[in-house]
Amino acid sequence: MTDEVLKKLQVLAESAKYDVSCASSGTSRSHRVGAVGSAAGWGICHSFAEDGRCISLLKIMLTNYCKYDCAYCINRVSNDIPRATLSVRELVELTMEFYRRNYIEGLFLSSGVVRSPDYTMERLVRVAKDLREVHHFNGYIHLKSIPGASRELVNEAGRYADRLSVNIEIPNETSLKLLAPDKDFQQVFTPMRYIQQGVLQQAEERKHFRHAPRFAPAGQSTQMIIGATPDTDRDVLRLSSALYRRPTMKRVYYSGYIHVNTYDTRLPAMRQAPLVRENRLYQADWLLRFYEFKVDEIVDDAMPNLDLEIDPKLAWALRHPEYFPVDVNRADYEQLLRVPGIGVKSAKMILVSRRFAPLSSEQLKKMGVVMKKARYFITCRELPFRTIQELSPAFVRHQLTRTKKTDERQLILTFED
Amino acid sequence: MACVFRYDKTFEGLLTCVFHAYNRRQFPERLLDLQEPAGLFDDEVLEVLTDEALAGRVWQGVARLVRGEFMRGITSCWLSELPGVDELLFRYLRKLFDTKGRSVYNLADADVLACSQLWKKVSNECTRVIQFTRFQKTADGIYFSALAPIYNVYPLALHYFTDRFADQPWLVYDARRSYGYYYDGKGEVQEVRFAETIEPHLPKEKLAEGEELYQQLWQSYFKTIAIKERLNPRLHRQQLPARFWAYLTEKSPKFS
Ligand code: SF4
Repeated sequence: MTDEVLKKLQVLAESAKYDVSCASSGTSRSHRVGAVGSAAGWGICHSFAEDGRCISLLKIMLTNYCKYDCAYCINRVSNDIPRATLSVRELVELTMEFYRRNYIEGLFLSSGVVRSPDYTMERLVRVAKDLREVHHFNGYIHLKSIPGASRELVNEAGRYADRLSVNIEIPNETSLKLLAPDKDFQQVFTPMRYIQQGVLQQAEERKHFRHAPRFAPAGQSTQMIIGATPDTDRDVLRLSSALYRRPTMKRVYYSGYIHVNTYDTRLPAMRQAPLVRENRLYQADWLLRFYEFKVDEIVDDAMPNLDLEIDPKLAWALRHPEYFPVDVNRADYEQLLRVPGIGVKSAKMILVSRRFAPLSSEQLKKMGVVMKKARYFITCRELPFRTIQELSPAFVRHQLTRTKKTDERQLILTFED
Repeated sequence: MACVFRYDKTFEGLLTCVFHAYNRRQFPERLLDLQEPAGLFDDEVLEVLTDEALAGRVWQGVARLVRGEFMRGITSCWLSELPGVDELLFRYLRKLFDTKGRSVYNLADADVLACSQLWKKVSNECTRVIQFTRFQKTADGIYFSALAPIYNVYPLALHYFTDRFADQPWLVYDARRSYGYYYDGKGEVQEVRFAETIEPHLPKEKLAEGEELYQQLWQSYFKTIAIKERLNPRLHRQQLPARFWAYLTEKSPKFS
């Protein structure tokens, strides 16, 4: 390790930082004799960057040289930026040494495309293989599969990585082709399918042989850039929900577009990344995965975009006053989940606690229910509040939006899975 | 008739108190330190001698009634070291035994709720210790880290370190309570105490060769990875509380 590595690290971290999928969750593995490390399952954030994002993995590119010219990417070939390439050895050493100091959970490695997709992919795989087989590294590895890589290499990657990802980036193929002329959906969805087949096949083998080799035990994830194209939230969420129907897709990440290549007129000139929209999409995504909402309940033809002023669950509730008020002492789990201000945790707490005695609003508050919101949608033991039924949705909306604006970015869900 | 117990303020002592309370069918209003004088209206004072065997029986009784996670909850509350936590736990345990364990789910009960909230706070602090530990490799090959957690959480965090860093010698140190754990790299953990105060960052001459470069690499990675279009100092402070900064390699002013 030399000072030269320091330079490279700066250049390559700079190039990798726009990729949002930092979570290291999904695998739980404790120490094995002769191996180094463990995987914690719940995705430990070891630090938080000054933008508030979780630092869990060493997120870096093997190289930021790239022969492609994707309009939204700082590493595109037509950009004049500092370029660097780490050797496999340097990268492996960095990972091991950072890991031993408890800086990181593991490695998140991607790369620009040099020579050919397979050439690049092969080197990514070599890093993972060296970590596992030479250094017996037992921590977390996330590899970004290069679009267009062959099945053999994707399969090999799956043997060493905990998670694989292929980024969609643009939620619609026409826009993708416009902005990234070297890419198409085929190149993205084919490796996704390889990964899925690998994971499912391995699960099948494990049923018969306990020691069958593992294959990306934490499944796959992907990312979409938000705001670089005119696609609506409905387009984005429909694609997400279709992806979540695939058995191995664990997370879809949304990345508010940052106008890095200001000279490119195919892209909208945005001064600020659409952070509120990004946040609303994460909330909607949350509703899809944990609250049993369907896309059409969140956005539809009449309202193809999310309401930026209020969260999507509240927006749904205001459109459906007939559903309320919900009696917290009787309602089932699904009904409770629909109440704005009641989350998964508080809904579960309500279910176990109300068996002892009917719950009061004071107790609900202590269990983490946001009464400021929930009061309009529930009845409980004493509640004399007037609900949405008496007050009308418009009034409730006014009540809940007129309070001083909080910083929306506070709500960003950083590392839950 | 009001009665109080006096005991040595250890966890085993607390469990022994529970044993005697049930044995005598007499439940104390207060739990006092051995030195603390009894109040004017305390008619009866019982000195409880901590007894490992009796404490063990009580603890096994708990184990029969509730799932392991609740036992961890009880120890977590104890490790908060907050004044009065023993009396809170005493009431909690009494309810637990009286309802055959069902009470632990009754969050509408003030004591149960208080315990569950305290448990949450302590385990959050434990998580922070796991997150924010930064090892510095010393010249003699030991990975050293100090933090000053608000609760006494190293006993709870220990399994993380022994599991993850099983093949390297390390020392984690609680600078607030002046004790730590040393692991020899082979499987033995041992409690240690130093007479002198421990500085968060070791001086250069105590560090292994190359250690400073890794610290510098990490610090510059940390700075680079933030997206400047999205800087959010408020969120940053909320997630990385300032009280940890003095101990964090990436926040140390050393290289900037
Ligand atoms: S292929 Fe990847 S690294 Fe290369 S320009 Fe496109 S997005 Fe950027």
